[in-house]
Amino acid sequence: MKKPHKPNRINRMKLRKRGAFLSFMAPSFLGVALFVLLPFLDVLRRSLVTAVTGEFVGTANYGTIFHNQAFQIAVANTLRFTLVCIPLLVLIGFLIAWPLSRLKEAGLIRSVYLFPLAMPTATIVMVWKMIFYKQGFLNLFLTRLGEMTGLWGEIRTDYLGTEAAFWVLVGSYIWKNTGYTVVLWLAGILNIAVEQIEAARVDGAGSLQRLWFIVLPNLKGSLYTIVILSFLNSFKIYREAYLVAGAYPHKSIYLLQHLFNNWFVNLEFDKMAAAAVCTGGFLLVIILLLQRVWDKA
Amino acid sequence: MRENVLKSLQKGITRAALILPGALVFFPVILLLTGSVMDQYELGGYLTSVFMDGTDFIGWKLMPDYPTFENYGKLLFMTPQFFVLFWNSVRMAAGILAGQLLVGVPAAWAFAVYKLRAGRALFALYVVLMLLPFQVTMLSSYLVLNRLSLLNSRQAVILPAVFSTFPVFLTYGGFRGIPEQLFEAARVDGAREWYIFFRMGLPLGKSGILSAVVLGFLESWNMMEQPMAFIDDKSLWPLSLYLPQITWVQAGSAFCASVITLIPAAFVFVLGQDYLEQGIIYSGLKE
Repeated sequence: MKKPHKPNRINRMKLRKRGAFLSFMAPSFLGVALFVLLPFLDVLRRSLVTAVTGEFVGTANYGTIFHNQAFQIAVANTLRFTLVCIPLLVLIGFLIAWPLSRLKEAGLIRSVYLFPLAMPTATIVMVWKMIFYKQGFLNLFLTRLGEMTGLWGEIRTDYLGTEAAFWVLVGSYIWKNTGYTVVLWLAGILNIAVEQIEAARVDGAGSLQRLWFIVLPNLKGSLYTIVILSFLNSFKIYREAYLVAGAYPHKSIYLLQHLFNNWFVNLEFDKMAAAAVCTGGFLLVIILLLQRVWDKA
Repeated sequence: MRENVLKSLQKGITRAALILPGALVFFPVILLLTGSVMDQYELGGYLTSVFMDGTDFIGWKLMPDYPTFENYGKLLFMTPQFFVLFWNSVRMAAGILAGQLLVGVPAAWAFAVYKLRAGRALFALYVVLMLLPFQVTMLSSYLVLNRLSLLNSRQAVILPAVFSTFPVFLTYGGFRGIPEQLFEAARVDGAREWYIFFRMGLPLGKSGILSAVVLGFLESWNMMEQPMAFIDDKSLWPLSLYLPQITWVQAGSAFCASVITLIPAAFVFVLGQDYLEQGIIYSGLKE
C-alpha cells in the first residue's frame, strides 16, 4: 500500500517546484521576451527586407554590408583591437596578480588597480585630451626625456589624429580593465590547494617550475572567464573613442560601434539589422567555441 | 639571517613595483582635483596652447597659484541645468537598480534553487544575452521603445536596463552558495516557497544581491550609449552625456563637474569594494 504513495508525493513536489520556478521566473522572462527576444525576431525579418518599402530582398542587405567599405574597415579595426587588447590584458593582469598573490596585505594594491573601473568615462575625457593632444603631457614628457638623454629632439605627435590613436585606445582599455583581471586571476590562484604547491616544493620544484607545472594548468577556468569578460568589455571602449574623437574619428579607430551608431543616426535600419544579425551570430559562435575548448581541457 | 634580509628586500621591491603603476591610476584623479580649484586665468594659461593648437607645451601645478572654490560655487549655485542633469542621473540609476532587483533577484532564485531541465536551457540563453554588446541589441530596443512610444523619455533608458540579464547572473552566484539541505529542511517543516525565498534566500544570498547593486550602479552611472541613442531631449540627459559637451573654454566647470560626477561613484566604490570584487568573481563563475 505504501508504494504508490511515494511517487505521488514526489510528483507533487515536482509540481510545486515547477510552479514556484514559473512564478519566480515570470517577470524577468516576460520582460526579456518583450524587450530582447521578440524584437530580435523583428530585426531578423528586417535584415531580409528593404528599409523604406519593406520589400523582401533575400540576402541582399547582407551582400551590401559585406561590400561596404566602412563595414570592412570597422570589422578589421574591431578585430585588430580585440586581438591586441585581450592577450595584452590577460598577460598584464597575470603579471600583477602572481606576485600580488604572495603578499599578505594585497587589499590596498587591489583597490588601486580596481579604481578606474569605477571612474565614469566622461570624467576622464578632459584628462585624456590633456595627455594626448599635440601640446599635451605625453609629448612634454617625451621631449624632456629627449633633452635629458640627448637622443631625440622635440616630439609633436598628434596622438588622436593619426595611427597612434589606436594605441591610445589600447592604453585606456588596459588602464580601465586591469583591475578586474587581477581580481579574477587572484581568485583563481588562491583557489589552488596550497598542499599541491607545497608538495611540489618539497619535491624540489623551483618557483618557475611550480608556476609552469602546477599553477598555470590549474588556471584554465580563470583564463576562459577572463577572456570572455574582456571580450565583452572591449566593446565599451566605444565610449572613450567617441568622446575623445567624435562620430567620425581617425580611420585607425573607426570601430563597428561607430558604424552601428552612424547607421542608426541615418536610419539605415536594413544595414543595421543585417550587421546586428552577423555580429550576434559571430559572437555566439565564439562563445560556444571557447566553451567547447574549455570543457575539453 | 641573511636569507631573511634578502627575502624581505625582495618583498619590498615587489611591493614597490606593484604600487608604482598604481600612481598612473591616480594621475587623472589628481589632475581633476587640482584643476577644479584653479581660477580660470590660471587654467587658461596652462591649457590655451593645448586646445588652440599653440606652440607651448601644457603646464600644470599640483598646488594652484590662487586656489579657489569659485568654480564649484558657479556650478552648484548658478547653473541650474547642472542640477537637472545630476538628478536625471540619480533617477535613472535608482530606477534601473530598483527594477533590476525586483525582476532579477527572483529570477536568479528560480535558476539557483529549482533546477529544472528547461531552466538550464533558459539560463544558457540568459548568459548569451548578457554577453551581447549594446550595439547588437540597439536596433531591437529601439523598435520596442518606438512601438511602446517610450522613446525620448527616461523610461527608454531604464526599462531595457531593468531586463538586463547580467544582474540575474551575479545574484545567481550568491544564491548558488547556499546549501540545498537548508531549503529541504524548511519544506519538510511546512514552509511555503515564498517564505523560504524571503526568510532564507534574501538574507543568505545577500552578497550576490549587493554585488549586483554595486556593479549595477557603476554601470548605470557611466551609461552613455543608451541615452545617446534613445533620448533626444537634452534636458533628460544624464550627467555622463553633459560632461563632454562642456568646451575647454569653461575648463574650470568641466573639472568641477567631473569631480562631482566622480564622487558618488567613488563613494560606492569605497563602501562596496568587497562586493565589487565578489561580483567580479561571481561574473566569472561558470555554470
